[in-house]
Amino acid sequence: MSLKTQANIERPDDFYQELIDLHRDLSEEQSRELNAKLILLLANHIGDMTVLSEAMNAAKKDIEAK
Amino acid sequence: MLNTYQYPEFDYVQSEEQKSGTVKRHKAVIIGAGPIGLTTALDFAKQGIPVVILDDNNTVSIGSRAVCYAKRPLEIWDRLGVGERMIDKSVVWKVGKVFRDEELVYQFDLLPEDDHKIPAFINLQQYYLEEYMIDEAKKQYGDLIDFRWKSKTISLKNQGDHVALQIETPDGVYKMEADYVVACDGANSDTRKMLGLDFEGQFFQDRFLIADVVMKADFPAERWFWFNPPFHRNQSVLLHMQSDDVWRIDFQLGWDCDPEEEKKPENVIPRLKAMLGDDVEFELEWVSVYQFACRQLQDFKCGRVFIAGDAAHQVSPFGARGANTGVQDIDNLIWKLKLVMDGKAPEKLLESYSEERVFAAADNLLNSTRSTDFITPKSAVSKAFRDAVLDLASDYEFARPLVNSGRLSMPTPYIHSSLNTPDEDTFDGKMVPGTNCADAPVNVEGTEGWFLNHIADSRFKVLTFNTDPGFKKLDINGIPCDVIVVGKDMLDIKNRLKERYDAKDGTTYLLRPDQHVAARWRTFDQHKIETALKRATAQL
Ligand SMILES: Cc1cc2nc3c(=O)[nH]c(=O)nc-3n(C[C@H](O)[C@H](O)[C@H](O)COP(=O)(O)OP(=O)(O)OC[C@H]3O[C@@H](n4cnc5c(N)ncnc54)[C@H](O)[C@@H]3O)c2cc1C
Repeated sequence: MSLKTQANIERPDDFYQELIDLHRDLSEEQSRELNAKLILLLANHIGDMTVLSEAMNAAKKDIEAK
Repeated sequence: MLNTYQYPEFDYVQSEEQKSGTVKRHKAVIIGAGPIGLTTALDFAKQGIPVVILDDNNTVSIGSRAVCYAKRPLEIWDRLGVGERMIDKSVVWKVGKVFRDEELVYQFDLLPEDDHKIPAFINLQQYYLEEYMIDEAKKQYGDLIDFRWKSKTISLKNQGDHVALQIETPDGVYKMEADYVVACDGANSDTRKMLGLDFEGQFFQDRFLIADVVMKADFPAERWFWFNPPFHRNQSVLLHMQSDDVWRIDFQLGWDCDPEEEKKPENVIPRLKAMLGDDVEFELEWVSVYQFACRQLQDFKCGRVFIAGDAAHQVSPFGARGANTGVQDIDNLIWKLKLVMDGKAPEKLLESYSEERVFAAADNLLNSTRSTDFITPKSAVSKAFRDAVLDLASDYEFARPLVNSGRLSMPTPYIHSSLNTPDEDTFDGKMVPGTNCADAPVNVEGTEGWFLNHIADSRFKVLTFNTDPGFKKLDINGIPCDVIVVGKDMLDIKNRLKERYDAKDGTTYLLRPDQHVAARWRTFDQHKIETALKRATAQL
C-alpha cells in the first residue's frame, strides 16, 4: 500500500477546525463545489495514480460496507 | 437544397444479372456507399479485386454530418489516392479554444510534429469526401468497381462457403452470392439485424442541434468550444469552419426539448444571431437535431460477413471519431482478405480483423464516453467536479489537461495483437509492434517524397538501416516482401526515420501492408523475419 494511513498531520485539531470552518455558512451546493475543488487541488499535488486509486477505494470501502 | 453544394445524382442501371435472371457469385460485395463503403471499394480495387458496391440511395451523404478528419484516416486515403484532393479542398486547423461564459479558459495547439506529409486535422464536409472517392473509383477503377445505386439489401445469409443476398431495385428483387461481404450500411445497419447481432451500449439523454451556416466572418480557422455561453445558457456550443465559407455550429439542447420545434428556422435563427452578433450576415444551409449513442458489436466478423464503420460501432461525435475510426477498420481488413482469397494465408487471419478492430473500437468508445461525461455531466456531483475543473482551469495550469471538450481521434495501436512479434531487443520511442508507422521525408532515386507513400502498395516491407542483406525481395510461402535499405535505396534526408524508429545501423523492421509495425530487431536476421511474417499472417 503506497497510501499513507498512519497519522501524518502534525496538528490534527487545527487541520480539522480549518476544514470545518471553510464550509461555515455555505449552502450544500457551495460546499459540494468547494469539496470538488479541494479534491482536485490535492489530487494534483499527490499526482501518483497508485496513491490516488488507493485513496479513492479506501474512501468508498466504508460507504459500501454500511 | 444547399446553397454551396449541388448533390450529384448517380444513375440507376439495371444489372445484367438481374436482367437475365442469373444468380452470379461475386468475390466481394460491399453493402453501403458511405465513407466507409467507398473506402472499402477503393482498397479492394487497388488490390486488383473486383467488387460490387450496393447502396439503397443514389447520391452522397445528405446534409451535414462529419466535418473533421484526422491524420491517420487521411494517410489511408492518401494511400488510396484521394487524400491530397481532400486536403486541398479542406480547412486545415490546429488550434482549439475552450471558453466558459465569456472567458477563454484553455487553449490547445495540436502542435503537429514537423516533417509529416499529412496535417493533424482537416475540416471538410462529408459530401465532398464521398464525392471525391466516387470520382476516383470511376476514374481509376471503372472496370473493377461495380456501383449499384438504388439497390437495397433486403436479406443476407451465411451459407457455408458463400453468402446469399437478396437485392431490391426499382426493377424488383434479385438474388446474388458473394465469397465475402463487407457490411458498411451505417448506424441503423440492416445487415446487423439480418445477422441477429446484439448492438449494445449507452444512449445518452441529450440532443444536439447542428446548423451549417454560410457566412463571411473573420473567425479564425480554429475549433471553438463554449461551456455555458451567454448566448446559450447552461449548455455547450461548438463552432467549426468548413470549406466554401460554411460554418458548423453545434448547440447542445438537453433532453426536454422538442426536436421538431427546435429545427424550425424561426427558432434557429435567433439563436444564431445571439451567438454571432446582429451585424454578421449569414444564411442557414442545413439544420438537424440528433441524439447519439455509444455502442459496439463484440465481434466484427460473422461467418463470411465483416461489419465495419458505424454498422459495427457508434460513438458520440465529440472528438470526431465515427468516420475516422471506420476508415481504419478497412485499412485493417482488406489486405488480410486479399491474402486469404489468394490462398496465401489461412482463414484464421480474418479473425484478427475482429480482434484488432474491436480493441480499437473499445478504446475509441472509452474516449468518447469520457468526453460525453465531461460535456454533459449525468449527476449533480459529476457536474460539480466538471464546473470545479473549469473554474480552476482559468487560474491553475494543472486543471487545464482535465478539461475535456472532446479528445481528438488518434489511432489505437494494436499492442496486444496476436499478429505482433514481441520485442526481444531494447527500443525507445513509439514504434512498438502493432503501431501505425510514422511518416518522414525521404529521397528515393533522386526524388524527394514521403516514407508512407513508399510503403503504400499493400505488400509487406522490410525496412533495414544501413545494412544491405544483398537481396531486394523475400518470398515467404508465396507472400512477397520488399526489402528497403535506408541509406541506400532510401535516403533519410532529415534523419526523421532514424529518430522516429529509434534506428541504429542494422535495425530492421517488418511492416505490414497496412503500414503497421509487425516486428523489429537490432540486426537483420532472415529467419526471424520469416517467422515474424508467418505470425503476422496467422500461419503460426
Ligand atoms: C452531426 C454529425 C457529426 C459528425 N462528425 C464527424 C466528424 O467530424 N468526424 C468523423 O470522423 N465522423 C463524424 N461523424 C460520424 C460520421 O458521419 C459517420 O461515422 C460516418 O458517416 C459513417 O460512415 P459509414 O459509411 O459507416 O455509414 P453511413 O455514412 O451511414 O453510410 C451507410 C450507407 O449505407 C446505405 N445503406 C443503409 N442500409 C442499406 C441497405 N440495406 N442496402 C444498401 N445500402 C444501405 C446508406 O444509404 C448509406 O449510404 C458525425 C456524424 C454526425 C451525425
